[in-house]
Amino acid sequence: MLLSESIHSKTTHEANISTSVSTSIGKASAILAANLSKHVGDDANKIEILNSLNLQVNIGESVAIVGSSGSGKSTLLALLAGLDVPTSGVVEVAGQPFSALDEDKRAKLRGAQMGFVFQSFQLLPTMTALENVMLPMQLANRKDAKQQAMATLEKVGLAERLNHYPKQLSGGEQQRVAIARAFAPQPAILFADEPTGNLDIATGERIIDLLFSLNKQSNTTLILVTHDEKLAQRCERTLHLEHGKLSTK
Amino acid sequence: MMLNFKLAWQQLRSQWQSGDLRVLVLALVLAVTSITAVSFFTNRIASHLNNQGGMLLGGDAVIIADHAISAQYSAEAKQAGLQAASTLEFASMAINSDKNQLAEIKAIDDSFPLIGDFDVQFDKVQFAANNSMQHTQARPEKGPAKGPEKGEVWLEPRLANALNLQLGDKLELGASQFKVAGMLMREPSRGGDMFSFAPRVMMHASDVSATDLIQFGSRVKYQLLVAGDADKVKAFIGKMTPKLQRGERIEDVKTARPEIRSALDKAEIFLGLAAMVSVVLAIVAMLLASVPFVARSQETAALLRCFGASKASIENIMLLQTALLAALGGVVGCILGYAVQFILAHFAGRLFLESLPLPDLTPVFTGLVLSFAILFAIMLPHIRSLKNIPTINILRKNFILAHSKVWLNYLPVVLVVVAVVFWIAKTAKLALAFLAGIAGICLVAGVLAYGLALLLHRFSQSAGIGHNISNSVSLGMANLKRRLGLSIAQIIGFSLGAMVLMLLVMIKTDLMQSWQKSLPIDAPNRFIINIQQNQVEPVKTFIKQISANKSKPQANPQIFAMIRGRLVEKNGQPINAEMFTEERAKRLVSREFNLSSSAVMQTDNKLLQGRWWRADEASAPLLSLELDIAEVLNMKLGDTLTYDIAGDKITLTVTSIRKVEWDSMRANFFAVTPPQTLAKFSASYMTAFYLPKNQDNVLNGLLQQFPNFTVIDVASVMNQVRDIMSKLATAVSFVFGFCVLAGIIVLYAALVATRAARLQESTLLRVLGASRKQVTITMLTEFVSIAAVASIVAVLVASVLSYYLSRFVLDIPYQFNLSLALNVLAIALVLIPLAAWLVIRGYLNVAPKQLLNSI
Repeated sequence: MLLSESIHSKTTHEANISTSVSTSIGKASAILAANLSKHVGDDANKIEILNSLNLQVNIGESVAIVGSSGSGKSTLLALLAGLDVPTSGVVEVAGQPFSALDEDKRAKLRGAQMGFVFQSFQLLPTMTALENVMLPMQLANRKDAKQQAMATLEKVGLAERLNHYPKQLSGGEQQRVAIARAFAPQPAILFADEPTGNLDIATGERIIDLLFSLNKQSNTTLILVTHDEKLAQRCERTLHLEHGKLSTK
Repeated sequence: MMLNFKLAWQQLRSQWQSGDLRVLVLALVLAVTSITAVSFFTNRIASHLNNQGGMLLGGDAVIIADHAISAQYSAEAKQAGLQAASTLEFASMAINSDKNQLAEIKAIDDSFPLIGDFDVQFDKVQFAANNSMQHTQARPEKGPAKGPEKGEVWLEPRLANALNLQLGDKLELGASQFKVAGMLMREPSRGGDMFSFAPRVMMHASDVSATDLIQFGSRVKYQLLVAGDADKVKAFIGKMTPKLQRGERIEDVKTARPEIRSALDKAEIFLGLAAMVSVVLAIVAMLLASVPFVARSQETAALLRCFGASKASIENIMLLQTALLAALGGVVGCILGYAVQFILAHFAGRLFLESLPLPDLTPVFTGLVLSFAILFAIMLPHIRSLKNIPTINILRKNFILAHSKVWLNYLPVVLVVVAVVFWIAKTAKLALAFLAGIAGICLVAGVLAYGLALLLHRFSQSAGIGHNISNSVSLGMANLKRRLGLSIAQIIGFSLGAMVLMLLVMIKTDLMQSWQKSLPIDAPNRFIINIQQNQVEPVKTFIKQISANKSKPQANPQIFAMIRGRLVEKNGQPINAEMFTEERAKRLVSREFNLSSSAVMQTDNKLLQGRWWRADEASAPLLSLELDIAEVLNMKLGDTLTYDIAGDKITLTVTSIRKVEWDSMRANFFAVTPPQTLAKFSASYMTAFYLPKNQDNVLNGLLQQFPNFTVIDVASVMNQVRDIMSKLATAVSFVFGFCVLAGIIVLYAALVATRAARLQESTLLRVLGASRKQVTITMLTEFVSIAAVASIVAVLVASVLSYYLSRFVLDIPYQFNLSLALNVLAIALVLIPLAAWLVIRGYLNVAPKQLLNSI
């Protein structure tokens, strides 16, 4: 089964989310951040990482967030994905005030709606490629976890390496497993955090091609954090993070 | 050098704070503690024997005989300028109206003791006060230096309690009555209560003959003690040794109390090996714990190399760190071992010696050598490989896998274990048996664990995906196989500890109980020995009377003749103890045999070889031997054996070999002749019979009529045996308790070794949408599975071993102990996941965003 076909069979739950988002803000928005601030430290030594930031990403859109080291890119990603809570402001996913939920509810929504690709792959070394890809679907109770995982691994060209462990795979192959793991549950939103950071240039390019082709096939919303301007240009929209604010520059 | 030392110290300090080191040191401390505790404990007993041999002996040397010692010996001692004292000891019934109790009587002359003194309480009030305080108060500096007066006895308090006697009351011994003049708290020449089944009565030697207790065939131990100048004593021993007759031996301080020495040697080896099980487990924990420690050290080493440090100085830093840790583990382990031996001495209470001196410090040396040997054996391969790995590899962090697979790295630590086992076991046979046993059990446990882990993995994969919880559970089960090596190490660690403890409980309770159950309800429960010929008929009448009301009245009770003879020749060749290597054979040859005679073979005997005698052979010089003794003394059908019976020799031909069910509790003999063969020798008689409950009064009537009888109450002897076994088992369980502790440290070490991986796993699961509950369930399931598999392995292996012991060693029916198995399972299922949860719950508090590159 092709990914594009499977998209049409997305759960009604997800369809409802899109409806409610479009109702609430008038346009099909996948994720919305309003007046988002993040401070660390106590009052005396307060560091503002994000400062009243606003962001709207539409369904199916691909957005790159670029900025220098320490500009707060990963903090923004963590807040959008519900991995951290803002000091003030809200994040809405599928029309729901995501940042106000407790951690377990955020985790549940994350499991149902979001996929991740990390710079350092984050595959579990004790699991095979197939088991790694099945993992998020198992957590979300999907009965078709195995078939879906096998199909996606085939799509990323690893049909022959289902039972290999991460240490038996090259860096590029490991990242392809990570990409398969991110796409297999057919998430509404995909977060990619410097996905080519640990790869050589040639391998990195192939990985990016794969990422964008799958993204296109599945019409997933992509939010990509990078310091690589060239990579950012492959996205529909590039936002710069500087002094805690986003600009289109 | 100073710089290296400073760097080594700094790194150790920071690694200690990060926790990597703690488990390594903890395991090392445990290994040293378990070995030194046992070693301090046995050292105390040994030094007691060496320092106070004179006290234990009651003199500087003693001649011991199973017959009255010639007055000539005593005269020779006095001639040599030595003091001399005589004692005789025998077992007899002590009676107070309707109560009786087997006692060990010691009759002493006015010169006893030559060395040491008594501790006796003469005052009723003082005795009552002290007795209630269990003799914990300080004793008077010096007690009476002389034994009881004529007509008086001193008793051990437990005998006074059993017979309900107070100071001043009368005690019957044989035909005489004595005044209870003192409570005997301690006597010279008796090292506490070790293996003495019956309590002591101390009396004056000149009162013995009036009691009529010593008759023909009575077993009596005669002693002549001497004391004086060391040179004179030595000269006396030298002069007397060649003159000693059969049944006589001479002991001095160095050879004193051979039974305690041999028990001590065995205890030292057994407890040492028990402690080795914990050492082996602790080493497994240390190998696991060394992984993160070395990894961190390597990171630092890589940086130092980048900054220009030489390979040699990196090596020096690591060596210094290892030495510091070994010293720390060694010293702390020795201190704890010293503390723990007090508990061990308490558990083994009164089995060995009553008051022990403090141990000397030799075990400290043992502890330190062990600590350095183990730690260097573990660390040296790491240090060597670290030196040879290119710096770039270290920076790329791909070194651990690269060298942890080389089996040669484990060789030094295996050699250290083998060397220590050989050193403790003393004999190669025992050492190899122990090593093979440990390896075998680990192998069996490993294979079982592997099989069960695969089974769980398969089960987790095939289980239908239902709700969230079952998914988390199946992920957790599958983790067992995912970290197979570690899982097996943890399972072996736990199951080994649980197994040895289970086995002890099984031996302590189950086996003893099933043996008792295997006895018929009317199995004999009393033995009477020392019956004289003219007393045989009254005894028969007595047994007929008391069995009259039973379902199987004994119409013709069997009374067996016992004739004591020494084996002097085999097939015409003189035979002596030196011809045998086995201890038991030496003992059997050097003491007197009890020969018995019978027309028919006893019903519970089984004829294995040869034939029983015909009626027309009633006076023929034939002999039937028991299988075991025939094997030990290497005798076969057709051999001729010559016995010396009270100076006369008789030669008998072995015509049959029998198997005897000793645990049937019936009277049985190693050597039996036809009924008339030994008729010309005087015999004493014995019998075994069943005394129904509440019939003690009837028995006391018989005893009052025949005071020379010695009645042995089988049940109370068995209770004492059980009590000793239970005390020993408690002491041994305590040592094996270290195994369980070591098992927990293996778990902890495995958790520390996988900390980074588990942290990554739990964080990633949460990023991918798992709730904290799901993550907790996943992790706990893994440890519940480990606990379940470990306890199944422990139950299986312990049951098989206990089946083997009961079926083939003790020959009693085996019964599976379900409640013990369930208890082990329940304890493991609570303990292991709880211990794991205490460590891993911290991981759940790490924010998932840490998986992202940076803040």
